[in-house]
Amino acid sequence: MSTNTLTPAAPAPAKPTKPWEASISDRIKTAAIFLGSALFTVGLVAVTPLKGKLAYAIVFFIAFVVIDYIYNVVKGGRAAGADSLFRGFVTAAVCLAITPIVSILLTVWVRGHKGVHWTLFTKDMHSNAFQDPANQGGLLHAIIGTFLLVLFAMIISVPIGVLTAIYITEIKGRFTRPIQFLVQAMSGVPSIVAGLFILASIVYPLTKTLNGFEGSLALAILMIPTVARTSQEVLLLIPQDLREAGVALGGTQWRTVIMIVLPAARSGLITAMILGVARVAGETAPILLLAGGNNSVNWNMFHGPMGSLPNYIWQSFGTGTPDSVTRAWAGLLVLLAIVLILFGLARTLGNRKVGK
Amino acid sequence: METNTQPNTLSSIASKREVKTAGTQAMGVGLEARGIHAWFGQKHALANVSMDFWPGTVTALIGPSGCGKSTFLRTLNRMHEFIPGAAMAGEVLLNGEDIYAPGTDVTKIRLKVGMVFQKPNPFPSMTIAENVLAGLKLAQLKTANKDELLEECLERAGLWSEVKDRLNTHGGALSGGQQQRLCIARALAVRPQVLLMDEPCSALDPGSTLKIEETISHLSSSVTIVIVTHNMQQAARVSDYTAFFLSDGGPGQMIEAGSTNEIFARPKDQRTENYVTGRFG
Repeated sequence: MSTNTLTPAAPAPAKPTKPWEASISDRIKTAAIFLGSALFTVGLVAVTPLKGKLAYAIVFFIAFVVIDYIYNVVKGGRAAGADSLFRGFVTAAVCLAITPIVSILLTVWVRGHKGVHWTLFTKDMHSNAFQDPANQGGLLHAIIGTFLLVLFAMIISVPIGVLTAIYITEIKGRFTRPIQFLVQAMSGVPSIVAGLFILASIVYPLTKTLNGFEGSLALAILMIPTVARTSQEVLLLIPQDLREAGVALGGTQWRTVIMIVLPAARSGLITAMILGVARVAGETAPILLLAGGNNSVNWNMFHGPMGSLPNYIWQSFGTGTPDSVTRAWAGLLVLLAIVLILFGLARTLGNRKVGK
Repeated sequence: METNTQPNTLSSIASKREVKTAGTQAMGVGLEARGIHAWFGQKHALANVSMDFWPGTVTALIGPSGCGKSTFLRTLNRMHEFIPGAAMAGEVLLNGEDIYAPGTDVTKIRLKVGMVFQKPNPFPSMTIAENVLAGLKLAQLKTANKDELLEECLERAGLWSEVKDRLNTHGGALSGGQQQRLCIARALAVRPQVLLMDEPCSALDPGSTLKIEETISHLSSSVTIVIVTHNMQQAARVSDYTAFFLSDGGPGQMIEAGSTNEIFARPKDQRTENYVTGRFG
């Protein structure tokens, strides 16, 4: 066949293909290696004294990596073998990392979904005891309590956190480094320390009584570093060009930040806020210390103890009867669902391009 | 081969321009730089540059990378001080008054001396119309008729016919060249006396570059323009005066300045000739 013919061949109808993907025979071979290792594992565990899920997992991992390695060395040489070995270890690391997360989610779902019913969201516990059947009473008071606690914590911490981030990224004053260090150090503060701090600085000397607002103060202490650090990262992503453009148009730094930098970073700042909320929504220790517990709905943040989801879960587990433990798992499921929804929201808002 | 043909091309491009002299007194006395030095930390980046920018003319600053021409440009509207560790010496006189004098309101200086940046940078959170009028909001200026100003600025930037039907859409959807003309319109909206352009076309394709150059020609009758460019043909096409900057490893210096025609046709300094003929750089 001549390559320099003048009459081009009739164009074949183009079909989109992906020549770089694994072919069917490749996939069958991978599946065969997988099956072979599985069979080998079953056989080995049957004939040796090895026992249990862990034994299966470890033997299977070793068998798969070795067989895959040998196959690739034979097929493609040592480099291909090393590649497959590395891939095997990385996959194992990923499995190890996600196992606990998946396990937690599954356990909470399996044990909690039995206790979830509509009255959970419409009734509180003022006329029920925790050992009552799980379909009586509900956690309305706890949801409202957590909502109020988090809302007030947000109102306090978001302005402080965002202003701190603005100081670090925009003003860059003399205290930038120490403040940045403090913010980083504060994100490691144990929550009980925040609770004790409010207890010692506000409750004992001043109010001498427990209420929801004090709980919010402790949550705010925990939330500020998260909001500040996330906001700082978001603000650092805003191109320096935009700031210069604002100033070159005759704006002061303050007006440039308010009119240009913050709007450009809007979706990222919302993400920072939601991540802060998710950080504190499930906090238990400071809430137990400061907000106390309450079995009825309490809308007043400044008077009387305030129920909350962590408190509800803690009390239910403490009661210890089968029904109360079911309640606790249902409460956990609701709390986990709220936190996961918030994270999902944060991701969606964070991924949204500015200006769309 | 190109090096042999280029000098003729450049000087012939430059010689096609009428030699422009200072505009009317009504446009202000203009902008004068007196003995400007600039430092970044310990690094002396620019030494002893003195230049006059006549009202109603276009001055091009040319020279290889790192010769201090952008730094010099940024001293003219006090954007230089934005860089941490920056320092300067000398005077910049705008209408006879030193813009670095103590007590000067720097935001007022930047209103009079506007700037267009290398990369188009429309504000992402604003619509096209809001972008153009952003300067008024930033500087808290009042205007009698916003719509009129909007149309006038977009018209002067050569963008009106392309965007008049989508003024309330976001600027990010425009092409790079349109975005840059939007930035020019934005700079014009606060009615600057001088417009500084820092390589405004280096991120654009030739077609967009041509449009920006047309815009510059139209604007030069009403605004004093100083443009930094790496493209010598562009300097020859758009400018009335040209200044050549060079650094011999030490601080950048202005080697030669004169009418664009002279710089490209009969440079006095050997180094200028080497640069404009393409023998180095």
